[in-house]
Amino acid sequence: MTLNLRPILVSLRHHKLTAFLLLLQVAVTCAIVSNVTFIVERRIERVNVISGVDESSLSVIGSAVTRKDENLPARYATDLTALRTIPGVQMAVAVDSVPFGGSESSYGTCASKQDFEQAMASRTAFSKQGGCLQVDTYAGSAGQIEALGLKLVAGRDFVDDDYVTDSDHVHSTVISRELAQRLFHGESALGKELYSGSGKPIRVVGIVDTLLRPQLRGDKNQYTMLWPMSPGYGNVIYLLKSAPGDRERILKQAPDVLLGQSRERIIDVDGVSTFTQLRMKYFRRDVTMIGLLIASALGLLFVTALGVAGLANFWVQQRTRQIGIRRAIGATQGDILRYFHVENFLIVTGGIVLGMFLALMLNIFLMKYYELPRLPGVYLPIGAILLWTLGQLAVLGPAWRAARVPPVVATRSS
Amino acid sequence: MLSYYWSLALHSMWRSKVLTVLMVVAIGLGIGASMTMLTVLHVMSGDPLPGRSHVLFYPHVDPLPLKFSTAADYDPADNMTWPDAMALLKARRATRQAAMAGGEVLVRAPLHGNSPFLIDGRYTTADFFAMFGVPFAAGEGWSADDDAARARLVVLSTSLARKLFGDAGAVGRSVRLDDTDYRVVGVIADWQPEPLFYSDSVSRTFGATDQFFMPLSVAVDLKLAGTGNFSGWGHDEDNTKMVSPTTSWLQFWVQLDSPDAVAAYRQFLVDYSAQQKALGRFEREPSQARLDTLAQRLDHQHLVPGDVRLQLWLALSFLVVCVLNIVALLLAKFLRRSGELSVRRALGARRRDIFLQLGMEALAIGVIGGVLGLLLAQVGLWSVRQRPDDYAQLASMDVSMLAMTFALSIAACLLAGFIPAWRASRVPPALQMKQL
Repeated sequence: MTLNLRPILVSLRHHKLTAFLLLLQVAVTCAIVSNVTFIVERRIERVNVISGVDESSLSVIGSAVTRKDENLPARYATDLTALRTIPGVQMAVAVDSVPFGGSESSYGTCASKQDFEQAMASRTAFSKQGGCLQVDTYAGSAGQIEALGLKLVAGRDFVDDDYVTDSDHVHSTVISRELAQRLFHGESALGKELYSGSGKPIRVVGIVDTLLRPQLRGDKNQYTMLWPMSPGYGNVIYLLKSAPGDRERILKQAPDVLLGQSRERIIDVDGVSTFTQLRMKYFRRDVTMIGLLIASALGLLFVTALGVAGLANFWVQQRTRQIGIRRAIGATQGDILRYFHVENFLIVTGGIVLGMFLALMLNIFLMKYYELPRLPGVYLPIGAILLWTLGQLAVLGPAWRAARVPPVVATRSS
Repeated sequence: MLSYYWSLALHSMWRSKVLTVLMVVAIGLGIGASMTMLTVLHVMSGDPLPGRSHVLFYPHVDPLPLKFSTAADYDPADNMTWPDAMALLKARRATRQAAMAGGEVLVRAPLHGNSPFLIDGRYTTADFFAMFGVPFAAGEGWSADDDAARARLVVLSTSLARKLFGDAGAVGRSVRLDDTDYRVVGVIADWQPEPLFYSDSVSRTFGATDQFFMPLSVAVDLKLAGTGNFSGWGHDEDNTKMVSPTTSWLQFWVQLDSPDAVAAYRQFLVDYSAQQKALGRFEREPSQARLDTLAQRLDHQHLVPGDVRLQLWLALSFLVVCVLNIVALLLAKFLRRSGELSVRRALGARRRDIFLQLGMEALAIGVIGGVLGLLLAQVGLWSVRQRPDDYAQLASMDVSMLAMTFALSIAACLLAGFIPAWRASRVPPALQMKQL
């Protein structure tokens, strides 16, 4: 089968402007769709980030004491004992923050005393000082690591001697693998000392595989450490571990159990949720945005398909006589069909070539204003294949109609 | 003549129904998406205090050490330290001036059986109410003397007053906040600037209201809880950070009624910074002192989320594709009628007549597409209002956006119709006659 492109090109020259407009439309669509696909993929990646926490078996309930003179450690101990009596609760721990929980405490943290003092003296932001990073801390009562379901990859969990009541006296910590790597540059972090908060040495006693910050920040989401102490403020999060199916029931009971212990507290309904809900709430905006981006990409493709089909339809009507003549002089239905598909292929290909250029321009714009990374090359062929397929599908109907034009049309006058 | 063209246009549209529907749907989708996003952007960048915003300014002095390198997204000098705010307040160089910060206190309700709850409000100074034109439903604000005397008094929002005291008057009553009693001196009427322009960058800025106002001096005295950014660059303890010269946490606004006053105040800020530098407290150049307008301050705080702008760009490029689509379809359609047009030309119609006739058809599509776009935009805005974002509730159309929807739709279609109509009006009469 040989394809003679010449007649197609000649015919296209008669519709220069129309063909060019269609080409332009394909190009803009191609540019936008490939960038949107990229953004959607990144958002999906963000929404699916691994927290390191055993999310399906956890629930949280926030409580704030309202009496200034409350004995906090005693309060937390009583509350936890009461919470553990709820049927189905396997563990109950008091913590100051959780991943996706919103509130966070972070400290400039350095690998050596010298770095720490230098950073303090020069009053620079810690993350800009060599050997120092801005690290989020998770303070929690005994059992925090086990309740969260974190995976210890080296060292040990906290023991009784580690626990303190004041952040100035923290002397041992468990840190995330990524933090260990960044602070100590691949050397084993176990047993090493780091400097943070009060400036006193804190010994690394254990390393957990993954632990996300309470609030995501770009790609530095694993600079986290655990502190063996009950939260130092009146605001506390009680972390409850149970079978996944028990969570809703336990959360219904928990506020009453706490209020039964003491009414001198505020339990905000927003702070009572399963970890699954917490995660969904944290990414709600991203999920909406993903939906919106996909909807607009589909909308664009739809409008472009309408344009292709509409124009092809016209050209078929316009050339009915011409098609009849070709059929009369021996062109098969397949030839006619092929003619329209090839014509569409040529226009769309032109659009794709221009579209790739536009896509890169658009990406440069997005990189500048939305801190998006460079568009990986793979998204360009994705856009191209998408538009080729779309174009061929859109032209299918009109081309099919053209192919069924009977040769006898040629003898009629238009 | 125009009405004749109009009927010709309708006739032509009716003849190719499918194509007409296609074009109307395309323009409707494009307009609907664009107007939804434009409206969201419009309500988010609206004037929070119409009539007053042009006399309100935000002084900016920079007490940060030279070596301090700020993070890209937050500059501690955006807020003011206690000594600077007090110095500017005492200098009284503006018509009115007020220092303020967000706060949160616990309310123990006097009404039967209510459990305690937390409320958000503002610690501020006497001029706040007059400067921002806050309307009072009952009572009034407090005086500078009350500030100096650290008077335990409070102004409540209407909703909080009703919650605490029912329908009985609140003014003169006492309310217990945290562990202190305050005398209610005023209840403000409904007042909700959107966005809450005077607060700092970490606060909820849309759909938020302050439920109480109390003297800043009292809050500092009792070390009440703040809700905004506290940024320190010295070695401050928790119990001294509020009055520290190396912790910024206060917002400061001034009212300046004339361009001369603005220029004079700007100079005053530079002089103040120079004086502080001479004293060794400031390290930066005094020329870095600024006086931002309200609009500049809002812009500086990046109140419009990046996602909203991204959505607007998407919607506009969507409209571009829709317009391209219509241009191509109209062009094909008009050129297909070359035969008919050339007959009209041969019978004496001028190019202008052809152009007008075809332009009318584009206009008709624009009008119908505009109506569809308006309906789609209402659906779009409704879906925006279902979103959890705090600005979402504001998303509805006003008259100006309504008019703009139509204008945009008609402009888009006329633009789309222009090239095809022009091109078709150039069809030479003789050539086409031969083919008939």
